Amino acid sequence: MTSDKARYWLLALPALAVMAIFYIWPLVNIWAISVTEPVPGFGNYVQGAESQAVTTSFVITFRVAALTTVFCVILGYICAYAIANTIRRAKPLLIALVLLPFWVSVLIRSFSWIVLLGRSGIVNDALRDVGVIERPLRLMHNEFGVVLAMVHVMLPFAVLPLLANMRGISPAYTDAARGLGASELTAFRLVYLPQTLPGIGSAALLVFVLSLGFYITPALLGGGRVLMVSEYITYQIQEFLNWGLGSALSVALLVATALVLVIAGRFLNLKNALLERS
Amino acid sequence: MTDVILSIRDAVKRYGETHALDRVDLDVAEGEFLTLLGPSGSGKTTLLTAVAGFTQLTAGTVSMRGTDITSLPPEKRGFGMVFQGYALFPTMTVAQNVGFPLKVRGKSKAEIAARVAECLDLVQMGRFADRMPQQLSGGQQQRVALARALSFHPPVLLLDEPLSALDKKLRADLQWELKALHEKLGVTFIYVTHDQEEALSMSDRIVILEGGRIQQEGAPEALYDAPRTDFVANFLGKSNFLDVTVAGHVPGGAACDLAGHPIEIASPAPPPVGAAARVALRPERIALGPEGGEGVPGRIAQVSYLGERAQLIVDTERLGPLLVSRPTWKAAIHPDAGLPVTLRWERDACVFLEAR
Repeated sequence: MTSDKARYWLLALPALAVMAIFYIWPLVNIWAISVTEPVPGFGNYVQGAESQAVTTSFVITFRVAALTTVFCVILGYICAYAIANTIRRAKPLLIALVLLPFWVSVLIRSFSWIVLLGRSGIVNDALRDVGVIERPLRLMHNEFGVVLAMVHVMLPFAVLPLLANMRGISPAYTDAARGLGASELTAFRLVYLPQTLPGIGSAALLVFVLSLGFYITPALLGGGRVLMVSEYITYQIQEFLNWGLGSALSVALLVATALVLVIAGRFLNLKNALLERS
Repeated sequence: MTDVILSIRDAVKRYGETHALDRVDLDVAEGEFLTLLGPSGSGKTTLLTAVAGFTQLTAGTVSMRGTDITSLPPEKRGFGMVFQGYALFPTMTVAQNVGFPLKVRGKSKAEIAARVAECLDLVQMGRFADRMPQQLSGGQQQRVALARALSFHPPVLLLDEPLSALDKKLRADLQWELKALHEKLGVTFIYVTHDQEEALSMSDRIVILEGGRIQQEGAPEALYDAPRTDFVANFLGKSNFLDVTVAGHVPGGAACDLAGHPIEIASPAPPPVGAAARVALRPERIALGPEGGEGVPGRIAQVSYLGERAQLIVDTERLGPLLVSRPTWKAAIHPDAGLPVTLRWERDACVFLEAR
């Protein structure tokens, strides 16, 4: 018994070692830097809290993440519902289509959005040629562009947990509701929707948490005008070599994310929401 | 004849090339306990779901008290339905489940509460009103499903194999309860099952389906005593099949030749003289006697002890192996394998079957 357990721990050791060396150790260092550079103490945190730019960045981050989450859950719900309730033969194909974007780098996908949304991008050119607009619309370098591209990137993370949830719901429930006198819409609202609340919860949580720390897409589509926290941190460290403030903001983002998980944990079964999704 | 509440005319349901229903005609009388009985794939469930509105017929009509309801969606038909596996809504309490049909009909809270309590008492589940369905046993869930299907006073209750998920003992108890409930409420029950015992014990009338067609319908006793086809004779209980030739007609029956021996078979309408016919003989109608005397001689090949009854396979030279069923308390002969015996039966024990 004990030797068996020990053997399994041994198997997990390489992965644990990688985590410890390349993840936990640097993280500890970041924590350390945040309270030691340039002088020991909580100066960095105080500076962050007092800085208008930092607080604005946090507000933008939470707003963009929240908007992304709302749109992802709505679109993901419709998509997952269609897949879960379509004919069985089409399901593998549809799921493959949801997973397809994962094969293309986020960087490429974000650049594609620039090609589409830029001042002389495909969308603006097309609209001008048709005569709908005279001057190009600002479709990127603002929150609209960022949220649009982020919804695109995050959508599979909403579809998958919702789909896993919906696949576990027998069509017999909706049939039963209709057999007992409920219209299709009422059956959906009173019987189906409540059963998908756990899926909605885990989809929302996953998208929101991933969006909070997202870097590439907001950086490219925001063009420096929609400064989310992760990009702000990069600026501090790469441009201003301000390791102290950068680290402090990293810690603050980590704590904020942890806080979201703790709050979500009061309403959701986190183990089900994040771990047992298929 | 009582009034017809439901009538199905020329119902056809095709899935590609296969006929799930093949020109089915059926009238259901007001207040009747009707059972659709058949093996899986016989079309019994398709017929029920067509009545419920979940299956669209390829051709034919369903009408209720003279009104055509063939194209109505399920929610507009107003039948109560108990589903296989119950389909109790997992996010609602027992009381909310039972109140669901009333809620979607826009009844007031007070009215719903009163009716829910009444229905739960009817199935002795009053104490469990605030439980969630997952906290109930299979039998309790079954009762709740029944209460939910009855809560809105439906004229017809459709039951799709409601007892099939339960163990044998509980199933037997619930059969009594269902039967009692039916008598108490006077609601028309349409009950689908593949279990012949369930069908026999509860129904006013049984409709036996096979291959999408109605094979035979009638009261349980009538069907059991006078099966028309091999299929019915063997699906409803067990039967031995004997091939005879009709030698002549006698009052109330026919004189036949059974493997070279004369035998008289009672029948209101025997086949014509000279015809080859098949008869069914129930295992419990065969009497087992000591060796010798008139009858078919044989030897007990196998004994299967079932508690109140024993089933024997008796090898006979004339007719091959015959299945015999006898009560175990009648211990005139202790049946052991290898014992030579003589088999006899009354002239009304055999039933002529239709030629296939």
